[in-house]
This record gives sequence, structure tokens and C-alpha cells, in this order.
Amino acid sequence: MGKPYTVKQMLVSMASGDTQPSDWTQHSLGIIENTDDKIGAFLQVNGEQALQRAHQLDDQAAHWRASLSTTGATTQGLFGIPYALKDNMCTKGMGTTAASQILANYIPPYSATVAEKLTQANGVMLGKTNLDEFAMGSSTEHSAFQKTHNPYNLNRVPGGSSGGSAAAVAAGMVPFALGSDTGGSIRQPAAFCGVVGLKPTYGRVSRFGLIAFASSLDQIGPLTQTVEDAALVLQYISGPDPLDSTSAPTVTEDFTRLLTGEVKGLRIGIVRDISAVGMDPQVMTAVDKAVAVLAGAGAQVVDVALPHSAYAVASYYLVAPAEASSNLARYDGVRYGRRVEGETLLDMYERTRSEGFGMEVKRRIMIGTYALSSGYYDAYYKRAQQMRTLIRQDFDEAFQKCDVIAMPTTPSPAFAFEEKSANPLQLYLDDIFTVPANLAGLPGINVPCGMSNEGLPMGLQLLGKAFDESTLLQVAHGYEQLRGFTMPSPHGLEG
Amino acid sequence: MKISEDVVRHVARLARLAVCDEEVHGLASQLSDILEYAEQLQQVDLTGVAPTSHPFPLKNVLRTDVPRPGLPREVLLANAPDDDGEQIRVPAVLEG
Amino acid sequence: MEFETVIGLEVHVELNTNTKIFCSCKTSFGDPPNTHVCPVCTGQPGSLPVLNERAVDMAVKAALALHCQINQDCKFDRKNYFYPDLPKGYQISQFDQPIGEHGYLEIDVHGDRKRIGITRLHLEEDAGKSQHAADGSHTLVDYNRTGVPLIEIVSEPDIRTPEEARLYLEGIREMMHYCDVSDCRMEEGSLRCDANISLRPVGQQEFGLKTELKNINSFRFVQKGLEYEEQRQREILAVGGEVVQETRRFDDVSQTTLTMRSKEEAHDYRYFPEPDLVGLHIDDAWLARVRATLPELPMEKRDRYIRQYQLPAYDAGVLTSDLAIGEYFEAVVAAGADAKSASNWVMGDLLGYLNGRSEGIAATPVAAVELAELIAFIAADRVSIKQGKDVFKVMCETGKDAKTVIREAGMEQISDMSTLLPLVDAVLASNPKSVQDFLGGKEKALGALVGQLMKATQGQANPGVVNQLLRDRLNALKAVE
Repeated sequence: MGKPYTVKQMLVSMASGDTQPSDWTQHSLGIIENTDDKIGAFLQVNGEQALQRAHQLDDQAAHWRASLSTTGATTQGLFGIPYALKDNMCTKGMGTTAASQILANYIPPYSATVAEKLTQANGVMLGKTNLDEFAMGSSTEHSAFQKTHNPYNLNRVPGGSSGGSAAAVAAGMVPFALGSDTGGSIRQPAAFCGVVGLKPTYGRVSRFGLIAFASSLDQIGPLTQTVEDAALVLQYISGPDPLDSTSAPTVTEDFTRLLTGEVKGLRIGIVRDISAVGMDPQVMTAVDKAVAVLAGAGAQVVDVALPHSAYAVASYYLVAPAEASSNLARYDGVRYGRRVEGETLLDMYERTRSEGFGMEVKRRIMIGTYALSSGYYDAYYKRAQQMRTLIRQDFDEAFQKCDVIAMPTTPSPAFAFEEKSANPLQLYLDDIFTVPANLAGLPGINVPCGMSNEGLPMGLQLLGKAFDESTLLQVAHGYEQLRGFTMPSPHGLEG
Repeated sequence: MKISEDVVRHVARLARLAVCDEEVHGLASQLSDILEYAEQLQQVDLTGVAPTSHPFPLKNVLRTDVPRPGLPREVLLANAPDDDGEQIRVPAVLEG
Repeated sequence: MEFETVIGLEVHVELNTNTKIFCSCKTSFGDPPNTHVCPVCTGQPGSLPVLNERAVDMAVKAALALHCQINQDCKFDRKNYFYPDLPKGYQISQFDQPIGEHGYLEIDVHGDRKRIGITRLHLEEDAGKSQHAADGSHTLVDYNRTGVPLIEIVSEPDIRTPEEARLYLEGIREMMHYCDVSDCRMEEGSLRCDANISLRPVGQQEFGLKTELKNINSFRFVQKGLEYEEQRQREILAVGGEVVQETRRFDDVSQTTLTMRSKEEAHDYRYFPEPDLVGLHIDDAWLARVRATLPELPMEKRDRYIRQYQLPAYDAGVLTSDLAIGEYFEAVVAAGADAKSASNWVMGDLLGYLNGRSEGIAATPVAAVELAELIAFIAADRVSIKQGKDVFKVMCETGKDAKTVIREAGMEQISDMSTLLPLVDAVLASNPKSVQDFLGGKEKALGALVGQLMKATQGQANPGVVNQLLRDRLNALKAVE
């Protein structure tokens, strides 16, 4: 298969009048048709509805092109761009499951703010992608409905929890998809699938309508082929939302404005005191090389310290399950979703929740319930939140010395199915590079930085200052331009 | 911190999860592993460190007291596993 | 052994905002089930709360009225428990940083003023309404009330008698009315109360084992339920028994308290800071803005009435028991009425009339100036007090003012010949000197006779008619001579 088209390419093509929205929707639906039975990225494809919407946009295309020529812009909105949503974002009248049995038949009565915004930007929603149940996991193996395969190697996981979105973008089914990132769930699957994945600053994108996992950590962001596309999409999904008290009162900015390819003078922080058990030296080498590329282009490399990052996983695996245990209490078989009848109310609750939730979700609910329970709150939850403060302070200090921080996204490339399911803790430890950004609320991005010996993508992670996505995107884009290779097409689908 | 099977059962009840003996056994050891790992937080002196419950200290996000239309009842009930056309029905809540 | 009773009350007050605390659904009471619901208050996946500013204003106002210290920096927490009428599986409440702390309410106990400490006042959301099928087969849930803003007011264990408990609860209601933050209708559930009661030997410091009394649905039952419970505990302790720490409810049919089904587990609410809401900072300006809306509080007003109007404490208490009654009373006085007369009329006839119709002062058919006018008629002896009461009744029933009623009833002036003639004859008969003087040509003597007749009719005789009648009679006598 050929190189997938980017959002930008589609917009330019439509702006010139060569193509129109329905061409791209059909193109995307064709790829999904041909490849998704092998990948399993989508839980739901709404081809008919999408085509109908695309045809409506066809009728508005001339008007759109005229508006472009008057403003001199090459892009305006996400006109006619097909996209997918991770199935933990509510879509009014269209099933939203969070990949859980407990919500298998749930039809939301309202749409998430991001879905509304993308509709307003004239995007064309094709369907909903697979995830680890309630976004808990890093392999998408915990979906209650299906496996998603890594397009680079069908025997490998796509990462998670936004594995469906990452695989869909990697396989060229859609030029962009939205994911959510609580502890790395956008960046890690992006690294495994060789695409760009951006977790914006906490509060940058409204969480209204995102089925909550851990409210103080969750953030929605785009998965794309290029950094520029990520910037474009962020443009249209971000901004304050009166329906989300935690959305930041930011002003609109053009996230593409610093995408010049220039990184000269920017300070790249590298962290020597953060390490992972089972770190793959290939990944370390690829990241070092990426930093060297930036240095070669005039970026200044400085050492920074994040002394408390060693405690990040411990803090994260108390805070996230604690919030989750409370966020998932609403799935009780009363108002919506699956109910398993019982003799008594207590029976009904327990049967519903035991049959409705998968094992990983139950495990996290158990940890969280324990961490919040009487007598343990101070020892676990409160200490974890105090540790967050120290981790934030580490970043504050580090960012006195640098503009972005570079490190691996994951300790190793995509692993095989079931390779890591025996020991939950070992899998949690792999989140060492991604969870600090969530605990501190900072923006982070994965940019592919090479292929492993086994032909699997490896990812460079860049972290930025709070609400400074522009500089983060500038460095990520600069690296993308300078890295001197193009990502090979996903070969998992060949032959 | 070793988590006993009794504690697992107690926590499961708090969380309204029915767990079979086999699950209790597995959870006891997995929870013990995870909480033992989390024990490292006990080694750090956190005296006087304020907890972070929000990454950024926003204050006073408020709305004005003006009513807006909500959901029609039939839309709410459409998702309900059991209802009587007006209210949601659940097994009897036992109360004295 | 002599025992001392120790009571503490937890009172929940629904705030009368237009919309719910975390969403824009209406708070109206009594509408068909599940007609004021939205994704937020029914806990749909992905929905998020946004705090109603007015609910905070009202909570701060109530806290200030109860002399609480305001926690200018506070937050919300989640209280986790499962119940079908709690859609999210947690209630958003305030745990360790309530809006107000360390306040008090003063009550009048048989003429003595007593201060009941208030431990805390916090803001939270109400749950929905569960309706249990009579046959015990199922429960129906209505989410209209879910998310209505509540304040919970927790008293110190300062209450010593069931009567004090009732007075305290009435005091809370009065205060909430004064602040205009709640209707406080117990029958509609906008005021709810749980009570803790224990007994201890007089002189003992530590508290005895307590029971919690729930489902108290009227002011009368607060006292009755606690009296029953106090007696029950006393009987247990008197024979050396031990009170079982449990939750009981007052049964209004048997007028006793009964054990509620014991919970299967001890509660472990797993409180933690609500991550979907940000912190609240009530700065000095905000506080000042709310403080400026505080009315004169009941006790201050009571003292002022005693001082300024020289009213008995009882009168001051009744008149200030409701903001509107006090306003009415003061308007009557402002219109010129004597304070004690105004007090008597308001407390007696007016409230009597309104209570008979189960109406509040707002429904008064007699405006304050109209009552003042009636009082003036009486003060000027133009109608008797007894007549005044009749006039007042007519005023209430017809809505006419005093002057009109008096005129129409002919109360003020007697012009009727058949009434006046016997009186004229009586005056002539009892004043032979004046009659002789008049007949002797002293025209002035007529005036004295008119005066006598006016006196005999308490001024109500029509002077013109009287004059004419006397002249006619005297002229007739003259002719005879």
C-alpha cells in the first residue's frame, strides 16, 4: 500500500478543487473495508452516515474554497476530513461503549465537546475505535470486544489504551483519530504504531463527554501522521468549555505558527536519572540519535534532573485507580448500560458489575477502593498526591533550564499479544516515561524516531511546558523534518 | 503490604464486585505486589508537602443560576434497563 | 441516678436556587418524575459538574447568619456510596473544608437565651427520590431532586432537652427564611433533620452511647421523637442496661421510635477531593457582597423591638418569628399606630385570621396602612374596640378599608331617628336646667344638650340630626307652654 495521506494533503487537494470531501470519505472507507478485518481498529464504522455528511460538504466545497481565497489561508477548519473517535467519547445517538460489556448497549443522549467541535470544523466522523476497557491498559488487549493488531506486525499489540486510534491512523484508514491519555494512552500506542501522538496540557481540551478514567489525569489529543497535522487538529479541538470546570481559560492560538523547521537556539533537556527496567538499548540509541539530530541543527542540549520521577509509577498507580474506582461507580445497572438481575439490590449491583467489567478494570477498581478506604487514605492516596507536587516541582525546575525535555516514549517497541498479561505490575512499570507528564499535567508528544531490528517503530517523546504546545510542536516538527528518514509503510499488511 | 483474602473480599464488597474464590486468590497476590511497590512512597519525607489534586490551580469556575432545557424523560428512560414509563425501576431497596 | 440528656442535630436545608447545584436543570418541586433531568444530574458517562454561583452565595449567607467563620478557601469532595437515587455512585459534598465552621444559633428557652454551637455548615448536592413499592417488590427512582443544592448544618452536642431541639430547629428555619435561602418545608423535604441523642449521669464528662433518630418529618415530631427516645434510654440505664448504638426512626402512628434495619456494613465513604471541580476562593469582596445582603437577624431584631417599641419579650418573639411579620408590624407602626396596639392586632386578629386559613402574612387582605387607620379610629374613640374587631373581620372578608366599612355599617354616626329619639327624650328628661334655660331664650343651652347626647352615643350620633331633633322637641315644648 502507498504512503497514507495526511490531513494537510487532503486539505490542499480539496482547496485546489482536485478532490472533494466524499472522495476522501470513500477513500478512507475503502481502506477500512480492505484492512480492518486484519487490524481490528474500529468497533463501529458508520459509512452511510459519513458519506451522507461528506456529500453535504461536497455541496459546500465551492463556498469553502472561496472563503480560503479571500482569507489567503490554505486550510480552514478540517473541511471534509475523515476521522475516528476513540470509543470513550460520547456521540449522541451513536453507541459508545468504552470497550466494556457494561456499556455494550449504551446510546449517549449527548455528544462530547470534542465531537461537537469537530462537527463544527466540518470533519467527517467515520466511526469509533477500539481501546482497553475504560482506557485501562497499554495494549488494547483489555477491550471486551476485540483485539486490535499492530499494523507493523499483526502478532504485536498496537499499544494502548488508544490502540484502535493509533492503528487506524498507522494503517491509513483515517488521517487522524482522537485518543485519550491518562498515563500515556495516546503517546505509547503512537510509539508502537509509528505515528504522531499528542497529549495536550491538562485543561487544553475539554473532557466533557469523555468517559472518565482518572479525572485529574485524562486528556484528549490527536493521533496523526505528522506533527503538522497534530497541530492542525489541536487547533480545532482545544479551548475553554463552560461545561468542563477544569478546562483552562486559554485564548485561541495558531499551533502551526512555529512550525518553521527551525530549532536553533532551543534548549533540549535530557534526563539521565530516569530509567526503566527492561530498557531496550535500541530505543535508547534511537532517542540519543534523535537528540543528536536536534543538536546538529543548532539546538542546545542541557542536562536536567527529575529526581522524583522514580516515584511516578507508584504515585500514578494509586491516583489513577482511586479516581477510577469512584468514576466507575456509576455503572451500577440502574440508569443505563447492562444490568444483570439479582434477588436483591446488592445482588443486582454485584452481578452487574462483576459480569460487566473485565478483570483489569476490576483490579484497578480494587486498588483504588483500597487506597481510598478508611485507614489507608493518608498512607496511599494522600502520599501519592503529595508526590505529584514534588514531580511537578521537578518539572518546574527543569523547565527553568530548557524549553522541551526529550526521552523515550516507551522502554521497548511493541510486544506480542499476551506477552505481558501474566504480571500486571511489570506492565505498569513500562509506563515510567509517560506517566510523569500526566501527573504534572504537561503536554507531551510522540514522534517516530526509527525502526527496531524487528521492524517495529520506536518513539521519541518530547515534553513541554504547561500550555506551551507551540514550542513543543516546533521542536517535534523540526525533528520530523530533520530526522532524515521517512517511516516505512506498515508492512504487517503486506503479502 | 500483604493483602489478605479477607481484605480482598471486604474491598470487593465496598466496590460492589462479586469475586469468586479463584479471583480472590489472584487479586490478593496482585494487589499485594502493586501495593508493595507503592510502599516506596513511604520512604520519602513528604512532611509539609501539599497534595496536588489538580495539575493547575484554577479557582472559582462558576455558572450563573439560569435554567436550561435538559433531557426529555423518554430519552433518559430509553437507556434504562427497567422502568415504568415514568421512573426507573430497581430491585427493592431494603430499609426499615 | 440522675441523667443528663445530650442532643445534637444534623439539619439539611434545600436552597431555593433556580437551578441545581452542578447543572442547569430546574429545581421545581412536585413536577412529574424525571422531567428535570440532564446528562449531568443523571450521571451519564462523561458528564461533568459546574458549580452554581448562587448556591455558593446562599450557603455563605446562611453561614454568616449562623455566625460561622467562613473558610475562604474551600473545596468539594466525593462521598462514595452506592444507592439507586445517587446517580454517580458518589455525592459531591464538602469533607474537611466546609464553607462555614464554629458558628452558633441562639434560642429562647422559657425566657432565657441559650446559645447552641454549630460545628460546621457545608454545601452538597441532594439525592433523588426513591419510592418503595408497598409490597416490597421493587423501588422506583425519580431524579428531579438529584443535584438540588443542600446545606448541611451540624450542631454541637449542646442541646439538653427535646424542647430545645425543637426550638433550635425552628430557629434554623426562621434564620433560613430571614436569609431567603430556603422555603424550609419539612413536608416537602426542603428541611430535613436527623438527631443524635444520648444520656449520661449528671456530672459525667464523656458522652453516653447514642442513638441516631432519622425520618423526622415535622417540628412536633422532633420533640416527640426525642422525648420518647430520652425516656426509652432512661429506662434502660435506670436498670443498669446499655443503650445499643443504632439508627432508629420515629413512627408517627405509634408515636414511638423503632430500630431501622441495621446496615450490612459500616460505612466507609472513601472521601477524596472532587477532581472534576476546581477550588473555591471566596475573597473579601465576595464575602462583603454577600454580607451586604444579610437582613437584621431575628435575635437582634427581637432585642430592638423590646428596646425601641417597649414590647414584652413574648410579643417581640412572635413578631420577629418571620421576616414578613416583622416588616408588616413595623409598617403599621410607621403609619402612625401605637406599637403595643399594633402588636396586639398583628399577633391576635391578623395572625389568627391567617392561621385559620393556613396562610402566611404575605396573604394578608389588610394592608399595614389600613390596619393603622383602623387603630387610629379606635384610638380616637370613633369606634369601640369591640366594633373595631367587627370592622377588622369585614375588612378581611371584603378587602374594604376601615373608613368604608365603618361608614357602610353606620358604626361611626347614628342618624337613625328611631334610635336617636328615645335618647333625645332621655337627655331632655335628665337635664331640666338646660331645657329651662333654652326655653328661657338661652340659645346656648342647646349646645350643652347636644354634647350630652353625643356623650351618650360615644360620639357616634350624627350631630346635625341630633341638633334638629332636639330643636324640634324643644320647640314643641315651647308651643305647649
